[in-house]
Amino acid sequence: MKLWNRLMCYCRRRSPWIFHMNSGSCNGCDIELVASLTPRYDAEQLGVRLEGSPRHADILCVTGPVTRNAVGAIKTVYSQVLGPKAVVAIGSCPATTNVFIDSRTLDGPLDRHIPVDVFVPGCPPRPDAIVQGIAKAAEILAERGNQQPPLPTPTAPETGEEQP
Amino acid sequence: MNLITALARLLIFPGLLFAVPFAWFFLWVERKSVALMQGRIGPPFMQPFYDFIKLLGKDMPERSGVGGLLMKAWPLLAVSSAAGAVALLPVLPASGGFQGDLILLLALLEVPSMCIIAAGFSSRSIFGEIGSAREAVLSVSYNIVFLLAIVSIAASQHTFRLEALAQLPPSFLRYLGVVAILICLPAKLHLNPFSLPNAEQEIYSGPMTEYAGPELAMWELSHGLEWVAGTGLIATLLAPHVSLGWLAILLFVAISIAIVLLLSVLASATARLAIDTTVRFYWQCTLIFAVLAISSAVFMGLKS
Repeated sequence: MKLWNRLMCYCRRRSPWIFHMNSGSCNGCDIELVASLTPRYDAEQLGVRLEGSPRHADILCVTGPVTRNAVGAIKTVYSQVLGPKAVVAIGSCPATTNVFIDSRTLDGPLDRHIPVDVFVPGCPPRPDAIVQGIAKAAEILAERGNQQPPLPTPTAPETGEEQP
Repeated sequence: MNLITALARLLIFPGLLFAVPFAWFFLWVERKSVALMQGRIGPPFMQPFYDFIKLLGKDMPERSGVGGLLMKAWPLLAVSSAAGAVALLPVLPASGGFQGDLILLLALLEVPSMCIIAAGFSSRSIFGEIGSAREAVLSVSYNIVFLLAIVSIAASQHTFRLEALAQLPPSFLRYLGVVAILICLPAKLHLNPFSLPNAEQEIYSGPMTEYAGPELAMWELSHGLEWVAGTGLIATLLAPHVSLGWLAILLFVAISIAIVLLLSVLASATARLAIDTTVRFYWQCTLIFAVLAISSAVFMGLKS
């Protein structure tokens, strides 16, 4: 049983399948995520596979500053990814809402809605940073196993300064 | 004795013990050769095995009622019939045991694609339904050619028995039939020019959209076993008859790997065709070819 658990842990680390989700991104981070799968960076060496369905994925890669319209979709997709799972926030937008801070169309940052394991900062981050972030998330996921981190408690949106 | 050889063929060679590692190996060869063609390094050797074990350890979505049961049943049915098809291949024709004919092999090869069609519809996902509809249209178009090719081989050699076919010297028409089967294989294995049913990203994952965890692992395994069965069918039809057991096995494996490489190169060199182009290809170009093959086979049979 112990051997099986160690094998499972190893296999989870070596086979992270990702699902890419855009929550209102400017497409900058999205093309960098795709670039990390191209011949120059070749994330498939680590077993990374871009999946079409969140049901197949282990790691949810979210880009964008989380617009109000995207919140429901993010929560749905997060619950559709089956455990053990991890979340990677790609770019500065999901981490801090970046230059869109205080915008009334936003409900960010991302970790107010779902637990985030790895932040990859940058605007956009380089593909090698994204590959490193995915590898780190795969390690976290393998060590954590079936225990899921709790969902963050809902808080009222931060009210920014008065806007014209 | 007969029962023991039958069990050995079903469980050891060319059955499960041989077929499952080879299924993973072929999946790796496919991914690796596509990566090399694109100038990448590609996945490590054990990647399909890692994927399989990881998928076994994932959670399952809660499904209730008959629909949930059906969704559990389809991948198991697909895996078992694909494994049965592999076990039927006459790699060692003289050894006897688990015997069958071409018709049983064809039926078993057809079951996984039926399962995929049913699986997409029973998952109730809109993308699954689109994928299933595409798979159904595709299987109607390539199966006519596939069946005609097999029938022309059988008619030209006057037998449907796999063992007899493997021992007979191949005729010209057998090679023609093999080419026709080879044209149908990319569609059967959902490879690139004809990868419509599971068109990645375009319709999410097609019929597999709602499948997760161990069920998805079973689908991956059945896909790998289909690879082994499809390439193995061609290998047994092409391989010259040798009496040495290990040489026959070696030839079988070598020809299978060569066909996997050929199909992967084709897959990475081409883009996905639209559904109407695919159907037209099979009905117009290949059907003429298959009809020619079968009519000459029948003609030959009348003359002799």
